[in-house]
Amino acid sequence: MRKEPIKIKERDRLSRARDFEEVVLGFSEQEALEEASRCLQCKDPKCIAGCPVGIDIKAFIGQLTKKDYDGAYATIRQKSNFPSICGRVCPAEYQCRKACVFTKKSEPFASDQAINIHFLERFIGDHGAKKGLHVKTSGDAKHKGLKVAVVGSGPAGLCCAGELARQGIKVVIFEGLHKTGGVLRYGIPPFRLPRKILDSEIDSLKELGVEIRLNTIIGKVKTIDELFGEGFSAIFLGLGAGIPSFLGIPGENLCNVYSANEFLTRVNLMNAHLFPVSHTPINIGKHIVVIGGGNTAMDAARVAIRLQHLAGVPPDTTICYRRTEVEMPARRLEIEHAKEEGVKFDFLVKPEEFAGDEKGFVRTMRSSRCELGEPDSSGRRRPVVIPNSNFEVDCDLAVVAVGLGANKILTSVTPQLKTDKYGDVVVEPETMETSIKGVFAGGDIVGGEGTVIEAMGMAKKAASAILDYLDRK
Amino acid sequence: MTIQTPDIAAKAKAGQFVVLMVKEEGERVPLTIVKADPDKGTIVLIAQEAGLTTKLLASVHAGDSLHSIVGPLGHPTEIKKYGKVILVGGGVGIAEIYPVARALKNAGNHVTSIIGSRTKELLILERELKEASSECIVMSDDGSYGRKGFVTEALKELLEKSKVDLVYAVGPIPMMRAVSTVTKPFGVATLVSLNAIMVDGTGMCGCCRVTVAGKVKFSCVDGPEFDAAQVDWQELLNRNSIYTEKEKHICRLKDKA
Repeated sequence: MRKEPIKIKERDRLSRARDFEEVVLGFSEQEALEEASRCLQCKDPKCIAGCPVGIDIKAFIGQLTKKDYDGAYATIRQKSNFPSICGRVCPAEYQCRKACVFTKKSEPFASDQAINIHFLERFIGDHGAKKGLHVKTSGDAKHKGLKVAVVGSGPAGLCCAGELARQGIKVVIFEGLHKTGGVLRYGIPPFRLPRKILDSEIDSLKELGVEIRLNTIIGKVKTIDELFGEGFSAIFLGLGAGIPSFLGIPGENLCNVYSANEFLTRVNLMNAHLFPVSHTPINIGKHIVVIGGGNTAMDAARVAIRLQHLAGVPPDTTICYRRTEVEMPARRLEIEHAKEEGVKFDFLVKPEEFAGDEKGFVRTMRSSRCELGEPDSSGRRRPVVIPNSNFEVDCDLAVVAVGLGANKILTSVTPQLKTDKYGDVVVEPETMETSIKGVFAGGDIVGGEGTVIEAMGMAKKAASAILDYLDRK
Repeated sequence: MTIQTPDIAAKAKAGQFVVLMVKEEGERVPLTIVKADPDKGTIVLIAQEAGLTTKLLASVHAGDSLHSIVGPLGHPTEIKKYGKVILVGGGVGIAEIYPVARALKNAGNHVTSIIGSRTKELLILERELKEASSECIVMSDDGSYGRKGFVTEALKELLEKSKVDLVYAVGPIPMMRAVSTVTKPFGVATLVSLNAIMVDGTGMCGCCRVTVAGKVKFSCVDGPEFDAAQVDWQELLNRNSIYTEKEKHICRLKDKA
C-alpha cells in the first residue's frame, strides 16, 4: 500500500496565469488507483459524516480500487448530483478530508496526508460524464402531468430540478440572467470550473426534460401566486445570495473600487477579458488590492492577476485580510494557487479609507494594522486594531470581497414569505418548506452564504419533501 | 423601438426599466420602458446613439431579435394625486418622463412638462408629451426650436409663479443636478431617475451604487428614482465615466471595421 499522497497534476504556474483554462488537471487512472489504495477502508469511517450530503466515501473509494468506476459513480450519485463540479469546488479540507483518519484532531484543516477524496470524486465524476452514465429515471406514473417551478439556476436550483425531473415531474427553471448556472457561472472562474463541465451538467438536465426560461425574474415578471395559477403544484426557491456587502469606509464609491461580484461577473459571465471582442469593459489596475479572505477573494485576485498579464501590466495584486492565513475561510488549495500565480498576501490589515484623484479614481488605500485578540463567535481569533498603525499603499483598483446579503427581489414583494433578520427565507429544517404552503427553498437564500455542496444538500432535502407534498396532495 | 415581449409588457409600470443585450457578445445595458401595451405584448424603448450598444441597437431591423431582455426592473414611480407637478426632460430623458407624465395626468394631477434638447433635430416625443401634459414648454439650447435656453430657466420661472407639489426630472446628470439646485430654495420635492452603469440590474453586482443622503444605494433595486436634493452628483458623474476610455476605444475600432 502506498503511504505518500499522490500529488495532483497542475498546469505550470507561469503559463496558467495568462489564460482562463483549468489549473488542476486531475488524476490519471493510475494515479487515482494509487491514491485510492491509500484509503484504509476504516471500519467506522468518519469521512462520511464529514460530507455535508453524506456520500458513502468508503464505498466509492472501495469500488474505485476494484476499477468498478461505474459503480463508484452510482454510489456518489446517490447523494451528490454533480460530482464533477463538487470534486472541483468542494472545500474538502474542511469537510470529508478533515474527518479523514489521517488528519489529527488538533489540525485546523485536513492534513496533507488525508486521502484526496475530492480529486477521486472528480475522477469518478468525469468518468461518469464522459461515459454518459445518467442516473436512471424512475419516472413514476403518478407524477405524470405534475409541474414544479424552480426559481434560480444556481447549484440549489439545478440540483432540485434534476431530482424532480428524474421522478417524472415536469420542471421549469426560471433564471433571471441570460445564462444558466447562477454563481457557478458568474462567480466561479472557468480556471476553477471549466464551462464545458457546467454546460454538460445543464445539458443533461435538459435531456431529462427540464425546461429553462432565461431572463425571467420571479418577483418582477411573475409572482408566486401567478406561478401557482399557471399550474405549478409546488415551487422551489433557489434565489441565491444577493447584494454584495461593502466595508462602509470613506472612498468606497470611487471609480475602480469594485465589488467582487461585479468584478467576477464582468469577466466570468460577460467575458470582459476578451474586450473589445466582447463588449463589456473592465478596468485593469497597476496596483490591485483585493479585500477579503474567502474563496471569492481568491477568485477575484486570480482573475485580477490574469487580467494584468493579458494586458501586459507587470503583475501586482495583493490580498488584504484582517486576520492571518490560518483563519482565512478560503480553500487551502485556492490560497496555494493564488500564491503560486504571484498574488501577494498582506495579513492583519483593516482598510480604513480609499483616496482618489481629481477625476474620482481610486489611487491609495489607507489601512490599520491588526493583531489577533480573543476568539469571537465564529471561534476564530478576532482582529484588533493596533493604535496609530496607519499605513498607505498604492491602489488604483480595489475589489471588495467581504460577503453578500440576501437577494430580496422576490421576498420583498411576497410578504407572506417569512424571512429572518438577515432577509433570508425561513424554512422548516426537515422539509425546507417555507411559510407558504407548497413553496420550498434552499441554497444561499436559506441561512446565508454556504458552499455548493451545502446548497445541493438542501435542494435534495427539499426535492424529497416536494415529492412527499405532491403525493399527499 | 417597439419590442415584442409579452411578459414584461404585462407588468411594466411607469418609471421601470429593462436590461437588454443586443448581441451575444454585447453589453447588458439598462433602458427605461417608455410605453407598454399589455394587449399587444409590446414595449417601446427609446435610446440615443451614444456608445457601441446603442449604435448596435439602432442597427437592428424590424423582425430581428435581441439577444436578451429582462424586466421590468426597479421600483415604479409612485403614482398618486400630488396636485401640481412639473416634469423636466432633457435630451433622451424626455422619453423617460413621458410614461410618468401620462400616469400622473391620469391620476388627476396638473402636469406641466418642460422638454429640451441641444438643438431642434434632437427633440423627441414633442407631440406625445403635449398630449400627456396639461401644459408643455419646449426649450432648445441653441434656440433652433421653441424657447432658447436651458430647461432649468423655464423651471425657475414656473416655481417663482406658483406653488408646485412635485418636480420630476430625467436627463443628463448636469441637467438633473441643475434642476436640483433650482428647486432646492423653493423646498419642492424633487425626484430624479438616475442612469447609473449597471450589469445585472437585480442588485447582485453593486456597479450602480450611488450615495443618497450619505447612504450607499443601488440604483437598480433601491431606485432608479431618488430625492434629487440628497444625491451625490459629483460621485455619480465620476462613476458614470469609469469606462469612457474603453467606450471610445471600442467605438473607434467598430467604426473602422
